[in-house]
Amino acid sequence: MSQGLRSALPVILFLLAGFAAPLIAVTWFSFMPARTFAFAGTPTLANYATILESTSYISFLWSLGLAALTVFLLAIITYPVAYGLVRVFGRWSTLVTLLFTIPLFVSENVRLYGWVLFLIKNGLLLGSLKSIFGVEPESILFTLPAIILGMVYVYLPFMLFPMTLGISMVPQDTRDAAADLGASRLQVFREVELPLSMPGILIGCLLTFVLAVGAIAEAKVLGGQQIIPIIHDIEIAFTYAQNWPLGAALSVLLMLVVGALVLLVLRRFDLDVVLGRR
Amino acid sequence: MNSSQPILSLKSVRKLFGPHAAVDDIEIDFHEGEFFTIVGPSGSGKTTLLRMLAGMDQPSSGDILLRGTRINDMPSNRRPTCMVFQSLALFPHRTVGQNIEFPLKIRGEDPERRKARALQLMALLRLPESYYGKNVMKCSGGERQRVALARALAYDPEILFFDEPLSAIDYKLRKTLEKELKDIHRETKKTFIYITHSLEEAMVMSDRIGVMREGKLVQVGTPHEIYTSPKTRFVSEFVGDVNVIAVSKGPRSVLLGDDGKRTFKPPQMPKDFSKGHLVVRPEYLRFLKRASEADNALEGRLYNEYALGSRIQYQVRVGENVFVVEKLRQQPFTGKLDDKVMIGWDANDAILVTD
Repeated sequence: MSQGLRSALPVILFLLAGFAAPLIAVTWFSFMPARTFAFAGTPTLANYATILESTSYISFLWSLGLAALTVFLLAIITYPVAYGLVRVFGRWSTLVTLLFTIPLFVSENVRLYGWVLFLIKNGLLLGSLKSIFGVEPESILFTLPAIILGMVYVYLPFMLFPMTLGISMVPQDTRDAAADLGASRLQVFREVELPLSMPGILIGCLLTFVLAVGAIAEAKVLGGQQIIPIIHDIEIAFTYAQNWPLGAALSVLLMLVVGALVLLVLRRFDLDVVLGRR
Repeated sequence: MNSSQPILSLKSVRKLFGPHAAVDDIEIDFHEGEFFTIVGPSGSGKTTLLRMLAGMDQPSSGDILLRGTRINDMPSNRRPTCMVFQSLALFPHRTVGQNIEFPLKIRGEDPERRKARALQLMALLRLPESYYGKNVMKCSGGERQRVALARALAYDPEILFFDEPLSAIDYKLRKTLEKELKDIHRETKKTFIYITHSLEEAMVMSDRIGVMREGKLVQVGTPHEIYTSPKTRFVSEFVGDVNVIAVSKGPRSVLLGDDGKRTFKPPQMPKDFSKGHLVVRPEYLRFLKRASEADNALEGRLYNEYALGSRIQYQVRVGENVFVVEKLRQQPFTGKLDDKVMIGWDANDAILVTD
């Protein structure tokens, strides 16, 4: 065994035990007979057949659709903020960054219940409107927009920081040079700034997409279970239904779908090419 | 067109950062087609000055005139000028061809003409045609240098600015590129304004040199003038190793050394001269057998010698003072270290500077 391999051994073992083993266990479990709890059963594809015959695809579509919409909205909302943090706010940047970071120290569920109190009928928003202006609009709580609001809110920092990094990696000189070569501000943005900050934007998009596909609390707390995301199905399979193999099969499918999408994006936008390393 | 009108002139241009004047009251005319180099140590304000000329900064006061028209507030993308940055500022996500074509694309020229022009410029700068589709980050330092220059030329500017583009390049390649740049200047007949901290670099390329110090332009002249008749000690020391002796005007038109005893026979002395420095370049100092062999002579001790390629430099200590003498390698001095030696120079080989 080479010196290098020997030195890497502890990390390899740690990763195998902590990272690969659970994945293998879940994958193996997905081939076990339904409603069993042992690894020793005869492998079967019955769980996957069950899923294909069921309406789980609706949950899949909701999760993927909501995640995609969240990423799209985040990209639009976050870019100006990230741009401001790098180029405009100056010494106020630290303060703004803190404002976006501090909520992360509070549990996600607590923050979502905060939104419930804010949005609920007679709550902070609607109650104030009613007592001050005497108007009483419908609450968006327990509707699709509330879920989207929650997801955008929760995942914003995960888009903001990679994006900020991406924008700060665009050298001032290249922007100056583009302008010096005749480019208008819009052209500088389109030709230089946007493509050069693309790695940060892409990493932000991938990160928030993967996180948002796994979202469950927003639909439960703010959506009032109007929508059942795939994670909810998995949770039910593992808990109430006591059907671990089915839950495992759903998990494997989700990993495959998300993995395929991520690879597709990474192939389309090779990060090394975007970064100019190849 | 009036040929005597300068292409670019600065009228008491200043740039303040807080109370500090980074560029202080600069007044100068640049002529059509000349290669002008601004030389100064780091912090002398030369980059700030160049950024104002290129339109990336605005002067705090004074005017910048392009062929007589005030352009203080004209943004850099509308000025008929272009800059080659110290970092080169190439677009890393683009190929060599796309980098060079950038200004043409911005201008909306069609792809075929763009490509033709890019290939033409690549030929001028001796970049192989096969580099057209090469990622610019895969090019070597010298090649990137040429791409940056080609991109600037593609803009077809009236004036090209250079912000120390050669400073990060190793000595040998730099020497080649300096000459190439001067050839390109000849080829394109455009006005080049170049800044560097290396007067040696400036000497090789320039038609005229301006020396900057603490935001002020202290001397402007041809390389020959700057080398042979620096007006201040600062300028003289900028050219390389020099021997500087603090002197004041003594009786009967001799110079008095700062020890108050030694006297020197001066070169032509300005009428109002009272005190300053006597500057003797190392190649004008020679080893003497007798004091009478030169107008001025000093006795000292040979302390050390350094091989400088084509020349050998000797360090001679005269009391507290250190002098350097240079001789051609083919005619070395034969003395031994720690020998007593006599060095001297003729009055007219020295330069008298104020301050």
